[in-house]
Amino acid sequence: MSGGRGPLVEVEGLTKSFHLRTGFGFRRARRELVAVAGVSFTLERGETLGLVGESGCGKTTTGRLLLRLLEPTAGVIRFAGREIQALPERELRPLRRRMQIIFQDPYGSLDPRMTVEEIVAEPLVVHGVGDRAARARRVRELLDRVGIPASWADRHPHEFSGGQRQRIGIARALALDPEFLVCDEPVSALDVSIRAQVVNLLVDLGRELGLTYLFISHDLAVVRHICDRVAVMYLGRIVELAPKASLYREPLHPYTRALLSAIPVPRPGRKRARIVLAGDVPSPLDPPAGCRFHTRCPQAMEVCRRVEPELVEVRPGHRVACHLHPAPPSNGARA
Amino acid sequence: MVRRQRVRFLGIPLRLTPIGARRLANFERNRRGAVSLRLFLVLFVVSLFAEVIANDRPLLVRFDGEFYTPFLVAYPETTFGGIFDTEADYHDPEVQALIEEKGWILWAPVRYRYDTVVKDVPGPAPSPPDARHWLGTDDQARDVLARVIYGFRISVLFGLVLTLLSSIIGIAMGAIQGWFGGWVDLGLQRFLEIWGGLPVLYLLIIIASFLTPGFWTLLGIMLLFSWMSLVDVVRAEFLRARNFDFVRAARALGASNLVLMFRHVLPNAMVSALTFLPFILNGSITTLTSLDFLGFGLPPGSPSLGELLAQGKNNLQAPWLGLTGFVVVATMLSLLVFVGEAVRDAFDPRKTFR
Repeated sequence: MSGGRGPLVEVEGLTKSFHLRTGFGFRRARRELVAVAGVSFTLERGETLGLVGESGCGKTTTGRLLLRLLEPTAGVIRFAGREIQALPERELRPLRRRMQIIFQDPYGSLDPRMTVEEIVAEPLVVHGVGDRAARARRVRELLDRVGIPASWADRHPHEFSGGQRQRIGIARALALDPEFLVCDEPVSALDVSIRAQVVNLLVDLGRELGLTYLFISHDLAVVRHICDRVAVMYLGRIVELAPKASLYREPLHPYTRALLSAIPVPRPGRKRARIVLAGDVPSPLDPPAGCRFHTRCPQAMEVCRRVEPELVEVRPGHRVACHLHPAPPSNGARA
Repeated sequence: MVRRQRVRFLGIPLRLTPIGARRLANFERNRRGAVSLRLFLVLFVVSLFAEVIANDRPLLVRFDGEFYTPFLVAYPETTFGGIFDTEADYHDPEVQALIEEKGWILWAPVRYRYDTVVKDVPGPAPSPPDARHWLGTDDQARDVLARVIYGFRISVLFGLVLTLLSSIIGIAMGAIQGWFGGWVDLGLQRFLEIWGGLPVLYLLIIIASFLTPGFWTLLGIMLLFSWMSLVDVVRAEFLRARNFDFVRAARALGASNLVLMFRHVLPNAMVSALTFLPFILNGSITTLTSLDFLGFGLPPGSPSLGELLAQGKNNLQAPWLGLTGFVVVATMLSLLVFVGEAVRDAFDPRKTFR
């Protein structure tokens, strides 16, 4: 279709706010919860971008916004060069074939009343691909690809384990040969013992089919294994965005450092200098002024309380939003 | 390998999913419900053939070497050698004598229809039960047993049709509210509250007094109010289900709202809606009976259990009227409640059975 060689996905200033009504009578108020506050990033074709952060930081919302499962409040989403943030559902449909999602909960993401065959064939039915026989062949092929015996196609989801269900979900997402997959914590709900299998399956598929992934996770070890670049989110904003090697070798943002220090070291006796953050994430209903992280930042300065730092490129490809790391003047980063 | 299982239910071979088969087994294990269902079905099927069981025209007449079926075809009296061109009155001893001269008569077990006015009642109507009128006659000298058989049928049929129609409307409304949520939900909920706050019986009485009530008009009037019973359940199920990941996944595939609602949400919502159906059927029958009792129901002359109860109230000296009405209505409603309870328990995933 679009022969453009530009990035597959471009996001600029993406914002999503939810309106809440709280209280009754005199105390009644409309409040705005900004779940995603002006997020920008790009995804090159074939690239895997990890999106990490604590629960409630807006990772999942971001993923759903990209697929227009939620309507963005503001900002631009470009998919294959085309702006899709305001596209009517009818025009969006052909694009939906090219972008798919894998959910976190393998128990909730498959319709309990359908057989595996019906589940995996559904994308083909919805988009009217092939006849019955062709669809059955394709389902077999897909199940085979994700390591589910095709002879189990007439079983129901409840007869499968979590890992197997996740594989079925992956088969469904792949049915239409998408280019872009949002993986919303695809392995968080799985046993540690089968996590690696599913992660490796995703890596293999990505390599073979040339897929572009947005990999949402709070598991930094998994992200390190699978991603090319990593974006760290905090309270609806990206605080650091860098190539994997650079980020893990030398994290710049104090929040990223704290996160990385929390990864367990798989060697007895060896300990990492642990940075423990005090307190909880502030409520997104009432985010702190200035840098959103200043309430918990061990290196907070006076300026952090007043001025919100921009995401600036401090090293090639390595962007960070922190007053400790102002943009190098020579680098001409946008202010 | 767990596949669709072949199960027999009431002699009907079914192919069910393992969950469906387990639910059916749970239902069967509830003895009271299972027996009630069979009893009710027997009564209902029997009442469907009311014309063959209670009829004032013979089922079969052999006359002069030929067969006649008076309960299907109207034969003039002249056919059997009588004088009049009008339809033969088979209760007339003269006609009976004419036929039996050259053949025989096969009667239905009960020789009266619901509207047959018996001319030779032993005493003043209502007359007490005797060998010819097992449950006596009512105050217009009509056979009570015949009226009960026809009345049972019309009550159940009315209830079934009303349940079906109100389920369709109720499920559709609940689905729309739950699925679209927001202002649609808010507006329709408020409408429902107002509509549900109306004094239904008074309104039915008022409407029934200026519309001539027949079976279908009465059905329409009652439908105006009976559709609300399922809305809340279905709405709740849809509200819950629209946030399921498998619904999101289907949306991400580009499935339309209708496909999402019908393929993914409705089948999951039907389970809880289904458990309500026997109780709605029960309620429909009760409403019809109370309207008939008050005299605002089916047109005069129709066989109706409510009208029988009203007669019982007006003729306390003839207790067979009130007692018959009470026993029939109570049995029918109890059977349905037992079935409903068994269905509800069978669909309850937390219920443990021995």
